[in-house]
Amino acid sequence: MIETLSLYFQYPPVRYALIVGVLIALCSSLLGVTLVLKRFSFIGDGLSHVAFGAMAVATVMGLTNEMLLILPVTIVCAVLLLRTGQNTRIKGDAAIAMISVGALAFGYLIMNIFPSSSNLSGDVCSTLFGSTSILTLTKKEVIICAVLSVVVVIVFIVFYNKIFAVTFDENFSKAVGNGTDAYNLLVAVVIAVIIVLAMNLVGSLLISALVIFPALSAMRIFKSFMSVTICSAVLSVICAFSGIIISILAGTPVGSTIVAVDVAAFAISCIVGKITGRNA
Amino acid sequence: MALLTVRDLSVGYESQPVAENINFTVNKGDYLCIVGENGSGKTTLMNTLLGLRKPVSGQITTGDGLSRNEIGYLPQQTLVQRDFPASVREIVLSGCQGRCGMRPFYNKEEKKLAEENMEHMGISDLAGRCYRELSGGQQQRVLLARALCATGKLLLLDEPVSGLDIKVTAEMYDLIGHLNKDGITIIMVSHDIAAAVRYASHILHIGDTVFFGTRDEYLESAEGRFFLMRQKGGEES
Repeated sequence: MIETLSLYFQYPPVRYALIVGVLIALCSSLLGVTLVLKRFSFIGDGLSHVAFGAMAVATVMGLTNEMLLILPVTIVCAVLLLRTGQNTRIKGDAAIAMISVGALAFGYLIMNIFPSSSNLSGDVCSTLFGSTSILTLTKKEVIICAVLSVVVVIVFIVFYNKIFAVTFDENFSKAVGNGTDAYNLLVAVVIAVIIVLAMNLVGSLLISALVIFPALSAMRIFKSFMSVTICSAVLSVICAFSGIIISILAGTPVGSTIVAVDVAAFAISCIVGKITGRNA
Repeated sequence: MALLTVRDLSVGYESQPVAENINFTVNKGDYLCIVGENGSGKTTLMNTLLGLRKPVSGQITTGDGLSRNEIGYLPQQTLVQRDFPASVREIVLSGCQGRCGMRPFYNKEEKKLAEENMEHMGISDLAGRCYRELSGGQQQRVLLARALCATGKLLLLDEPVSGLDIKVTAEMYDLIGHLNKDGITIIMVSHDIAAAVRYASHILHIGDTVFFGTRDEYLESAEGRFFLMRQKGGEES
């Protein structure tokens, strides 16, 4: 087994995939705690479909760097969605569902009308489930991903206390004069960046899993915000790492393997939570 | 100069006034109770005082060295908070967020302030405990300690005893009374009129007619007598 692994690790794409996978898992889990607690679990799903739609448009337009279109579009939608959360006619979950299926349908429609390659269903499948794209990363993409991940982690650490305060009680934060809108905006932008990054890893259908599973698992076991955040980051990294290794050894699709490991981790956390909860 | 002066204030949603012609002043050391029936605009008025909502018309001015972000706030519990994984210490410390400004982390003074306020509220031994596992009364004490971290001058309490049993309610009122004696000005929204006339120094009654005055004036007024009688009748039936 170790021989097979070391054989695989001689190829740069496999090493890149592992690096990118772990970094994305780390970033997505950090904000996952906030999103789950703010009842925005589905925003990952909605935004990833938006990213899918944007990617379809970018492909059809023949842009060389698709990121230039995908990232801004996703950020705009993230801002709109997190804004609508509070005081609008269309409530948060309905708005997410609307944008999500709308973008998905639109993207597939465009790809169908203007097919860019002969294997259309293969293209769509790999964008939705991220089946192979993580193994075709170039060095440049890995560097971009690493830089963005570091930025996300630094932003999160610097604003950790504010993010906690605004998540726990937005009205209180507003009353004591904290610009809560600015922090909501920040969270929206960061989550959009993470989702665009994560599309390469698990594809746009499974991104929600990366965002919510580590957070939910950590919440079963730990009881303070700090410990939940740290645990969710560690869990997410472990799951992504072992998911990628398993997928290499067993020849399974990367994205769904990682998510399967996340689900298993959640089940274990539930049991651990039950046992420790009873003792306490 | 009064801490808070409210003149000809109308509050409501999207320029649709819920309560109008509100005039009152709050001086240092006052204990003001805002009473009124459900839907009379008590919570909307509270949110406007806090600056969460723009007034439809009228003015709110602060004085006596009180700035707008020096108001401590005890909100009603939200659904999100009920299963929030956070320790008591983390929540109390978050009351200091207004003092930080752009500084990302809390400093030693703020941590000390949080410890002192936990001590003050008698929850020091709960500091490491998870908020969602506490009883309703303990949770209110945590939020009160957090509000005290934000201010030493003026506290706004939104229905602080709703959902608490009789014994814990009495303890809560005692605690608030002690804070008031220590020199902290209190503004409390309540529909518990009996407690309001027992503890408060001033009453603001909003509804079809607006009344503002001291407790004794309120007991003599038409609004006060009518409202007290109604509530008594409601409890007996």
